[in-house]
Amino acid sequence: MSLLQVQDLKTSYGKVNVLAGVSFQVEPGETYALVGESGSGKTTVIRAIAGLAPAQHGSVKFNGMEIRGASERKLRPLRKDIAMMFQDPVGSLSPRLTVGRLITEPYKIQGMKDRDLNLEAKRLLEMVNLPSHFADRFPYQLSGGQARRVGVARALALEPKLILADEPTAGLDVSVQGELLNLLNDLRERLGLAMVIITHNLNVVRHVADRMGIMYLGRLVEEGTTEEIFRASRHPYTRCLLSANSEPDPDARLERIALKGEPPSLLTRPHGCEFRERCPFAHSGCERVPVWEVENGHGLRCLAPLTS
Amino acid sequence: MTNSRSELTQIVVGIVRDPLGLVGLLIVGSIVFCAIFAAWIAPYDPVAMNIQARLEGPSLAHPLGTDQLGRDTFSRVIMGSQVALKVALPAVFGAMFIGLALGMIAGYGPKWLDNLLMLLFDTLRSFPTVMFALAVVALVGPSLQTVVLVVMATSIPTYARVARTQTLSLRNSEFILAERAMGASVFRILGVHMLPNIIGVLAVLAAMDIPTVIALEAGLSFLGLGVKPPTPSWGALLKDGYALIRQTPWLVVGGGLPVILATLGFTFFGETMRDVVDPKLRKQR
Amino acid sequence: MTEVLLEIDNLSVDYETGRGDLKALRNISFSLNKGEIVGIVGESGCGKSTLISSILRLTAPNTRFREGEVRFKGRNLLNISEQDMRSLRGSDISIVFQDPMQTHNPVLTIGRQMLDIQHRSSATKAEKLHRAAEMLSAVGIPDPQARLKQFPHEFSGGMRQRIAIAMALMSEPDLLIADEPTTALDATLEVQIIEHLRSLQQDMNCAVLFISHHLGVIAELCDRVVVMYAGAVVESGDVREIFGNPKHPYTRRLIDCDPGHIKERARVLPTIPGEVPDLANLPKGCIFRERCDQAMPRCTASVPPLQTIAEITGHRAACWLNHEEMAS
Repeated sequence: MSLLQVQDLKTSYGKVNVLAGVSFQVEPGETYALVGESGSGKTTVIRAIAGLAPAQHGSVKFNGMEIRGASERKLRPLRKDIAMMFQDPVGSLSPRLTVGRLITEPYKIQGMKDRDLNLEAKRLLEMVNLPSHFADRFPYQLSGGQARRVGVARALALEPKLILADEPTAGLDVSVQGELLNLLNDLRERLGLAMVIITHNLNVVRHVADRMGIMYLGRLVEEGTTEEIFRASRHPYTRCLLSANSEPDPDARLERIALKGEPPSLLTRPHGCEFRERCPFAHSGCERVPVWEVENGHGLRCLAPLTS
Repeated sequence: MTNSRSELTQIVVGIVRDPLGLVGLLIVGSIVFCAIFAAWIAPYDPVAMNIQARLEGPSLAHPLGTDQLGRDTFSRVIMGSQVALKVALPAVFGAMFIGLALGMIAGYGPKWLDNLLMLLFDTLRSFPTVMFALAVVALVGPSLQTVVLVVMATSIPTYARVARTQTLSLRNSEFILAERAMGASVFRILGVHMLPNIIGVLAVLAAMDIPTVIALEAGLSFLGLGVKPPTPSWGALLKDGYALIRQTPWLVVGGGLPVILATLGFTFFGETMRDVVDPKLRKQR
Repeated sequence: MTEVLLEIDNLSVDYETGRGDLKALRNISFSLNKGEIVGIVGESGCGKSTLISSILRLTAPNTRFREGEVRFKGRNLLNISEQDMRSLRGSDISIVFQDPMQTHNPVLTIGRQMLDIQHRSSATKAEKLHRAAEMLSAVGIPDPQARLKQFPHEFSGGMRQRIAIAMALMSEPDLLIADEPTTALDATLEVQIIEHLRSLQQDMNCAVLFISHHLGVIAELCDRVVVMYAGAVVESGDVREIFGNPKHPYTRRLIDCDPGHIKERARVLPTIPGEVPDLANLPKGCIFRERCDQAMPRCTASVPPLQTIAEITGHRAACWLNHEEMAS
């Protein structure tokens, strides 16, 4: 049984349907990446999973239990198993609390009174390679990388089974980025964590994700193993995203697939294939609505698929 | 590193470092000192009459002269600080805490409750303070408590509105979302995470509100609606001084100067505090 | 013949703070030729923002210029009058900021704002509007005439940044300072911005000082690169030299860290452990010493000067390792 099973998840705010049916699964110990431009709905997906954003339709099963629309009381025990990391490393830490209090908050929230919080703080800081005197610091005294590690320590406090991470490398310097990814990789192996990572940085995805899904306008347009997507993606949008990645080499020959324009407004979704207007490979047949087809575990929603 | 010092010490240090803040702190400190030790500082009994020494000018014996009943003005000014703070502190802090609670409920609670509370605040605020005071005094008679009550009732909406706005803006910040994702209860979110981020703003507002209340008390007493004679209040002094301004200007000075000083002191103090309470701003100083 | 447009000469800038002087920039020297694109690479705390505000002379009140000059067309900007400086800003020197969502005034239409920035021109309103529309279409905004009547919130982030570029280039400046203009945008939009920036730069022949922590973009766009670390220039030179033959350990390891560089899935990604030192309390010797895996006793003893390594390419680096190499 999958650890997390998201089925046809739909979210709309008034007339704007941000999620138009998202489905994917995450197995225990697996890292799944959701990739897409801003506005593709990827943040809404994980917020909806965590019950922080509404989802009017569909199902979210964690360990086989339905949690979409569950009450906070029903969710609270599950919060031990699902931890979340937000985009802004410093901004996601309560500004008036010390690091020590921040990382031991999960114990207080879950009512674990028997724990020695000082001891736990020390253990958690050690786990994320921060010196123990950091327990007395306030968030504004931390660098982005340090704050991010505090966020990781807090997410790991209750030994969750699943971590939902929103752009875990956002706002971090290149020299620190690797440190965080190594930490996540290491912890994942040691603790058997499953992760859903949201990012627009494909260079990062390659090193952490086992499988990935590419989102466009609130839908998955392609899904497969990371290796396969990087080697043989078939959706033009995925190719565009991959080709937009730059390399630190002035002589690199970048075969850019130029993407026309910007993502259309969610209020006026295009007819037929919603990527059609920006797609360099669109043909007249693309006016039909493409369906999601899965072949050998590789999902695709496209009427003009590319071959490698 | 600065983190070895507590936040309170940092705030005090921050205020003292700023020249304006230091002046404010000194004035506020001396008013509080006068109020606490009034009985020892005042050279005379502020209500003791001495008909032989009526309306005297300043002298060594009476630094600010005497009033129409021969009472020592300086002693009355000193004792007046007690009345001023007895009105201002409970009124302002009472209003602040009630406003804070209601404002946070309005900002974090369901929409209908927010609408209801906002309607209540707007209604309360639409009463002009002095008119409202007149009405209440007419009903229950003039007293210190009446003044406190009136001031509290009319300033709650201001605090509540500020608290509500702050709550609304914090509500969708990532750190509050993070708390929700961990399953923190509403009380925990409001009490542990929002309160410390809101109270600083309100405390500053309160510090700057205190002089207004002192002036209001003086005004109400001036109109004869505040503190009853012979209790020495700055407003009562002003009232007597106003009537006798042709005979001696010293009563007006004795009543007016402390009001002005208190206003400046608390305003300086409040303004410096505003810059100092924010840990991020403090870091830059 | 190359003509020097901007020359930063031995610039040192401090901030006075309660904890003592924070030495934000120390002996910065580099130059920018007419029509050239120079990239400044650096991570947080490297002094990029102080450098930009020093060039524009829009510094915080506690800023102290300790030594050095900022010469623009031969004039030292640090001692010309405020009035002269003001007439340079926005006409000879323009800037594009990082956050496109906060660059524009939300209550004025884009057209109004594009008219306002032409206040120095004597053209008629119709001519100015025409020019504005022209600039919008140059940055790839479709239907510019109609778009001029819209407000900033009616544009997406990528479009707003393109508008910001259009506005910055409207006065045909000699120097455009681009302060992390693509950081807040998706990679797909980043590509578009870079393309527009490059083509406009070629059309107008204006010089660009492009500040970014994104190595890939720098490599793609710039002719020359200046690498900064903790308030000092550690290496500078031709873009191919910097990326192909880096001479400072920081540059070398920074390039190694870029995940775009690593094609195969890596189990352990390279990093630079440690933190940027406290600039109010500078360590002795080389600024990078504490994080450098090649540090020698000499690195503690004294600060390595920025030394020329190759005359032809103008490659310079501030590291004792190169001195050793040359000596032997």
